[in-house]
Amino acid sequence: MPARRDWLGFTRSADDRMIGGVCGGLAHRLGVEPGVVRLATVVLATAGGVGIILYGAARLLVPVAPPGEGVRRPPTARRAVGVALVTTGVLLLLHAMGLWFADSVTWSVGLAAAGSAVVWTRAAEDERERWRGAMQRVVGEGRLPDLRSVGRIRLSIAAVLFATGAITFLVTVDLTVAPDVVMASLVTMIGVGLVIGPWLQQLLRQLGEERRERIRSEERADMAAHLHDSVLQTLALIQRASSTEEMTRLARGQERELRSWLFGRRPDQHATRLGQAIEDLAGRVEDRYGVTVQVVLAGDLDLRPDLQAMAEAAGEAMTNAAKHAGVAHIDVFVEVDATDARVFIRDEGRGFDPDQVPGDRRGLSSSVVARMRRHGGDAIVQTAPGEGTEIELVLPRTIDEQ
Amino acid sequence: MATQLTPPGDDDRLRVFLVDDHRLFLSGVQGELGEDFNVVGSAETVEEAVEAIRRLEPDVVLLDVHMPDGGGLAVITQVRSTHPGIQFLALSVSDAAEDVIAIVRAGARGYLTKTVGPEELVAGIRRVHGGDAVFSPRLAGFVLDAFSGAPPSGREAAAPGNDDLDQLTPREREVLRYIARGYAYKQVASRLHISIKTVETHVSAVLRKLQLSSRYELTRWATDRKIV
Repeated sequence: MPARRDWLGFTRSADDRMIGGVCGGLAHRLGVEPGVVRLATVVLATAGGVGIILYGAARLLVPVAPPGEGVRRPPTARRAVGVALVTTGVLLLLHAMGLWFADSVTWSVGLAAAGSAVVWTRAAEDERERWRGAMQRVVGEGRLPDLRSVGRIRLSIAAVLFATGAITFLVTVDLTVAPDVVMASLVTMIGVGLVIGPWLQQLLRQLGEERRERIRSEERADMAAHLHDSVLQTLALIQRASSTEEMTRLARGQERELRSWLFGRRPDQHATRLGQAIEDLAGRVEDRYGVTVQVVLAGDLDLRPDLQAMAEAAGEAMTNAAKHAGVAHIDVFVEVDATDARVFIRDEGRGFDPDQVPGDRRGLSSSVVARMRRHGGDAIVQTAPGEGTEIELVLPRTIDEQ
Repeated sequence: MATQLTPPGDDDRLRVFLVDDHRLFLSGVQGELGEDFNVVGSAETVEEAVEAIRRLEPDVVLLDVHMPDGGGLAVITQVRSTHPGIQFLALSVSDAAEDVIAIVRAGARGYLTKTVGPEELVAGIRRVHGGDAVFSPRLAGFVLDAFSGAPPSGREAAAPGNDDLDQLTPREREVLRYIARGYAYKQVASRLHISIKTVETHVSAVLRKLQLSSRYELTRWATDRKIV
């Protein structure tokens, strides 16, 4: 049988139901969250039981639509407010007609319901899921939910429960006027808190979001400025470069700079590790002499004064190789084992006879060997004319970093 | 689109396939290799690459590590599941240890950085086709780093048979150190007074350990990239 359009204009929901699917169906027809309609029904039930009577009548008169059928409008907050206003209006009417249990009951439940509805509609979908899950655990297994999984809304649940408890207390116990007023105002305050709380929370969240966005856009601007200053300039220079050596040098320098931007350290930050210090010096040699220096690291150490000296000695050895070896490529290998730090600087250039180095080119022995020895290390030069050069720097790890 | 450059014919040079998502780099490498190899095709995406490699069955695939849709790692795992005979040589601009280690553990027989010279690239392709391993200085550095120190504790008790996979022999370490210092295989051989063949044997043994070892550093690098 096809879903028959009833004279009331809505159908009971087969798939979104707590009891008879009346509230679910009505909510879909009106375009509000089903919870809103359910709360309105509960509030009306406190006014002389009108809610229960209306529900029962709808249960009998309204037909059920098969799952997936029936009118369904997407819920909006504006329509929910509409439902709340209509409910309030009906309540006032019932009050005037005398269909009423007690002021404290209806207004307290009404406020609590309004608060819950606000929390519910404002909560993000995943928060609602957690809430649903927590409720099921409480109902299904009869134990307290994991508070962490309920998150921020657990306070709201507690408040609602408290309000309900207080009302039950008021209804069942015969009270004098004074405590009645105290309880009523207490319940009202909780209700107000429930209404305003989520709004405050959302405001704070928005502020944090804006701050994060501002930081992100500052970072983007920083990166854009850098790209403009350095990368575009280099690309322009490459287009005007007269030789391939010049081009390679420019491209290589830019590559190195971009790499350090992308993988950690900005060019203006000081090196804090031995490997970084040696890579920086290798970059300088590349820029100045138009050679490529490949640095390979196996292990690394925090930069201490003696390791800084070692890095500078390595830089001097690289400069020597770039100036005198007559080749375009230098290999550097940094190795740290349990006892020593070692740096190898190697080229396959023309080499030299260590005994025949002229007096004005003492760079190697004074800057490299003497510097290493001053810091308790050593430098070993292996070379011969036509056989390339390899300089090995070694420094004992006397003060261990760990 | 995957392009097929030369029809399969009577060319008896090694058949090489290129996978890279940078068209410029592809054409550059094609120019460099055209003299020595029969470049049978190239692809710019993972999907095209897997399809074309399975169809063309080249001898060696030059593979870019970093590509969209899972990158070189996806190509290598998919192709090797159906065509284990095809050899892979990884090329990359990346210096990140985890990328390099992951691609070698997935089955690549070597790794070179994209800045490598044409002669070295040609030599690397021939070596990979011959079943040997290609270690750039950088890969040698990573391996020395990963295998440094004692073998993982607790593993000896759990699986004593795997112990030799988790440690390099002194000779292997020595060979790797020379490679990390920039020595070519031939130069390593003459420094150690051994044959090139012996150097290649040592390096291949290291590659095997790299692929099979369960050392923490290696498995961590590999699992970071979602392979084991």
